[in-house]
Amino acid sequence: MGEVNTKVTLCGITLDNPVIPASGTFGYGYEFAELYDINCLGSFSFKGTTKDPRFGNPTPRIAECTAGMINAVGLQNPGVEKVISEELPRLAKCFHKPVMANVSGFSVEDYAYTCERLDKEAQVGWLEVNVSCPNVHGGGMSFGTLPEAAAEVTAAVKRVTTKPVIIKLSPNVTDIVSIAKACEAAGADGISLINTMLGMRIDLRTRKPVIANTMGGFSGSAIFPVAVRMVYQVAHAVKIPVVGMGGVSTAEDVIEMMLAGATAVEVGAANLVDPFASKKIVEDLPRVMTKYKINALSEIIGGVK
Amino acid sequence: MKQGIFKIISNVALTDSVMKMVMAGDTSAITAAGQFLNIKLSGLFLRRPISICDYDEKTVTILYKVVGKGTEAMREMVAGDELDVLTGLGNGYDPTLSGERPLLLGGGVGVPPLYRLAKDLVASGKSVSVVLGFNTKDEIFYEAEFRALGADVTVTTVDGSYGTKGFVTDAMAAIDYTYFYTCGPEPMLKAIYRVAKTSGQLSFEERMGCGFGACMGCSCKTVTGNKRICKEGPVLVKEDIIWEK
Repeated sequence: MGEVNTKVTLCGITLDNPVIPASGTFGYGYEFAELYDINCLGSFSFKGTTKDPRFGNPTPRIAECTAGMINAVGLQNPGVEKVISEELPRLAKCFHKPVMANVSGFSVEDYAYTCERLDKEAQVGWLEVNVSCPNVHGGGMSFGTLPEAAAEVTAAVKRVTTKPVIIKLSPNVTDIVSIAKACEAAGADGISLINTMLGMRIDLRTRKPVIANTMGGFSGSAIFPVAVRMVYQVAHAVKIPVVGMGGVSTAEDVIEMMLAGATAVEVGAANLVDPFASKKIVEDLPRVMTKYKINALSEIIGGVK
Repeated sequence: MKQGIFKIISNVALTDSVMKMVMAGDTSAITAAGQFLNIKLSGLFLRRPISICDYDEKTVTILYKVVGKGTEAMREMVAGDELDVLTGLGNGYDPTLSGERPLLLGGGVGVPPLYRLAKDLVASGKSVSVVLGFNTKDEIFYEAEFRALGADVTVTTVDGSYGTKGFVTDAMAAIDYTYFYTCGPEPMLKAIYRVAKTSGQLSFEERMGCGFGACMGCSCKTVTGNKRICKEGPVLVKEDIIWEK
């Protein structure tokens, strides 16, 4: 093997490989940089950042599921000013490639404000705008469930940045294609999907929800087939690149996502179970590419018609 | 933190529901009493965080209560079986603040991390008092082990079937201590917090996603800012605690 080409180009920025740890599973990178050189990754999407600092939801925020987990963290983050003054300088010491800035908000103005602040940060390669967080009220997912609202956020963010804008969509909708198309029409440079699926567990002993917030976002390998289906649907409906995610935990999963139409692939919950998961996927890609006779990953994007 | 494969040396029952497992592997990332392991089990998605009871250069000992699918699967494991384990997780107790007469208070399955702490404190010449609280006589474990360290041990049972009747806090008044360390169910921690006459350190439990600080699943508010139970905890100093629940 060895001669395979894992490079892909996402919205004009070339990645060494398509593997991107997903927001909320990789912090701001430095926890993982203690374990391995994270520059082996294509990029990573840092912890969802909002205008103001947020503690998030009460605990318990986590529930075990068959082949997955539910989280209801609720966008805990130190707020964009601290992210810029403290987290990004720390990130820059351990990661030397363009990073994906994940942004969330509670109003169109929130989104625009946070994106405008992050637009000035040299290391931010892409803005991944999360209109799909299931764990906050009055924001997050409510912008991603209506095409008009998603388009409004997209347009507002596009006005304040020259960086590529990737809109992260929720699977908890009736017609994800119409929302993706609305974002594209409003100027989005890419679409990423899927965020977590709304889920719930009940403790039989207490007869109460396991999660303090009652419901949360279901992720992990169990949701992979749903993610592949939605990536396939969206990738065939829009002309802008699609970043696929949802239950990806192996190099084979990465290739399957790309065949469905993903230009790059995010790895989420797998990082929480095995802190080396993303690194292992990167290292395993050449072997799996050789096995399936793939010379260049860029050639298989959307290979399934 | 390190990820390693540990081989089970022994896995035996101490009571009807509490097991003792000794595993061999790379323990070099473990730096303090009160830290925990995060164990991957076949067929279950999330790892299971379990406090460390004791460790040396080559082995680690855990005492765990069988309460659900994960610990039920662990109970069935035998010598020679292997586990994927993350080590060196959590801050652990700081023994340097103990003063001359530290008091260690453990409740039920909160007892295990205090064992190594007691060992370290005795080794550094401290006069260590230990109160071990259980519901009833049949649930008691590790009393003899703590005594063998040279600690002054009091056992309490809620139903009075052994030792002092009542809660660990009922035994506290009679003990002269310079500092306290505790681990146990949250109502117990809260009660100790209220009656303690000195500063101390309390070890908390929370449902965790990753166990190493990445997911923000186990955050809590403290006087000195938000902390992750898995990373800046599980041990918090008394003055830092904000009770929310």
